Amino acid sequence: MSAMGSLDIRWPIGFIFTIYGIILLTYGAASSQGIVVVNNDSLNVDLMWGGAFLIFGLFMGGLAIKASRRSNP
Amino acid sequence: MHLASVDYAIIVIYFAFVLGIGFWLRRHMKTSEDFFLSGRSIPGWITGLAFMSANLGALEVMGMAANSAKYGMVINHFYWLGAIPAMCFVGVFMMPFYYGSKARSVPEYLRLRYDEKTRTLNALSFAVMTLLVSGIDLYAMAILFERLLHWPFGASVIASAVVVMAYILLGGLTSSIYNEVLQFFLIVFGFLPMVILGLKAVGGFAGLDSALDRIATHGGFPAGYYDHTWANIWHAGDNALGVNWVGLVLGLGFVLSFGYWCTDFLVVQRALAAKDMAAAQRTPLIATIPKMFFPALVILPGLVAIAYPDVSKMLGDPPNYNYALPAMLARLYPSGLLGIGMTALLASFMSGMAGNVTAFNTVWTYDIYQTHINPRKHDSHYLWMGRMATVVAVVVGVVTAFIVLKFNNLMDYLQLLFSFFNAPLFATFLLGMFWKRTTGHGAFCGLLAGILSAVGHYSLYHFGFIHYSSAMGANFYQAMFAWTTCFVVTILVTFFTAPRKEEELVGLVYSMTARLQTAHLPWYDRPGIIAAGVLGLCAILNLIFW
Repeated sequence: MSAMGSLDIRWPIGFIFTIYGIILLTYGAASSQGIVVVNNDSLNVDLMWGGAFLIFGLFMGGLAIKASRRSNP
Repeated sequence: MHLASVDYAIIVIYFAFVLGIGFWLRRHMKTSEDFFLSGRSIPGWITGLAFMSANLGALEVMGMAANSAKYGMVINHFYWLGAIPAMCFVGVFMMPFYYGSKARSVPEYLRLRYDEKTRTLNALSFAVMTLLVSGIDLYAMAILFERLLHWPFGASVIASAVVVMAYILLGGLTSSIYNEVLQFFLIVFGFLPMVILGLKAVGGFAGLDSALDRIATHGGFPAGYYDHTWANIWHAGDNALGVNWVGLVLGLGFVLSFGYWCTDFLVVQRALAAKDMAAAQRTPLIATIPKMFFPALVILPGLVAIAYPDVSKMLGDPPNYNYALPAMLARLYPSGLLGIGMTALLASFMSGMAGNVTAFNTVWTYDIYQTHINPRKHDSHYLWMGRMATVVAVVVGVVTAFIVLKFNNLMDYLQLLFSFFNAPLFATFLLGMFWKRTTGHGAFCGLLAGILSAVGHYSLYHFGFIHYSSAMGANFYQAMFAWTTCFVVTILVTFFTAPRKEEELVGLVYSMTARLQTAHLPWYDRPGIIAAGVLGLCAILNLIFW
């Protein structure tokens, strides 16, 4: 089996983005350190972008699962 | 800049991941082809992203942001003129020869097409160039951590080098490609909030435009100096790059761009790892899409950095534009997201260096060691040699990082190296692929003459016998000079030497090779149609940001 066949790159991408998403969401929700002030607007960017990371991570993980089911029906 | 525990945790997780990928892939590195060419097994979308990301090192990320802060939107030319057309050309016209000939490296193609001496000259010049370039990323990473986080320069260089060496030793080219793809997504997701927040801070595009006009007029330049791609390039004195449209179009857009994207093994190697010819042809074409829009992630932040007073005052007086991107991260990112931004920077530096190391170990092992030093050994010996070459390349990269300390403009340094080696090489390839009469003696003499003419030109410029408006302008004209010399000398020598038999050139020369049939493919899978669409889209972007 080739190296590529052994590890679908979408697995590690999905995994690391999911972990980062959870870290950012937790940190943004639990701490005021995740807030930045731009043009007098306070934005909790950790919370917002943590969500984006999580969604992308789960999406990539979903693609990896779909691909593995297709190759191992 | 202060990193919190959460930022360090994010960086540590990234290091653990890249090493983990290397360990996972280790058991599949059984042959030299697995190690150097990923067993030719990787889908086109992955090699496509890796094709682009291998080039996403320190210069591309931090350097382009610095350049746009200094020179303005004219830096878009390094993407829309200096990359996209050449990437389309290599995908449509050159990949059938590279991949179809089953060459394991760019120098090996030259052996198949010409002869051994031409291959060796190219292999040696590429090895030297790659080693000289490989330290740039380590240097950039170390200087960033030294200035912003107060980590010692030497310790930063060595720690980063050890991680890069470890994952290449474990997983070879596959490990490098996987990390390049991971790095691509990290950069996009890591920098996108910076662009959005930066634009919000300066009042959107309209606010950015008026702020840049104010800065231009305050500095004695006309309004629009910073926010146009083409409008200020008709005379060298009208733009800070010091280059007119002839130097830009022929020097950057033709010679340097095609010389890099079409012949530099660092990027071509990614396409050779593709699973089949169709995937190999799609590799550079897929890469054009993110490449085309990458200015939004690096050039826009550079412009915001000078337009947003909170950030511009962090650059110092006189401003050090190399800090444009880190200063944007420091001002706009809170803890947490700051860790992501720093990880994206780290990933780009490590990936840039890994690209150079994997290209070097392949050319060294196949084109120099196996050919001239120790032929006819068992494959496992060359796998071992590839790993040793990796160690040597990383150690030399560390030394080069200290050499790079002496240069104050990294982009000038890089383009100077490209003008010596890549520019004449493109003439060798162009004639070799599209003129069957070209001989090996002609190619060798032309390539050697091209490199020597570039050295001669540089000496004349360096010692003040000829003058240009800027070092970058000198590089562009030097590239044209080297390319023309190689082109003319190759043709002249070819007419006085005997050509090869035509049957030996099948699959290596355009006129001797059957066209790939694409009529049965859907339109979105045909390389010619994809390339035409990409070039059309690129032309529209040029018009919008004229």
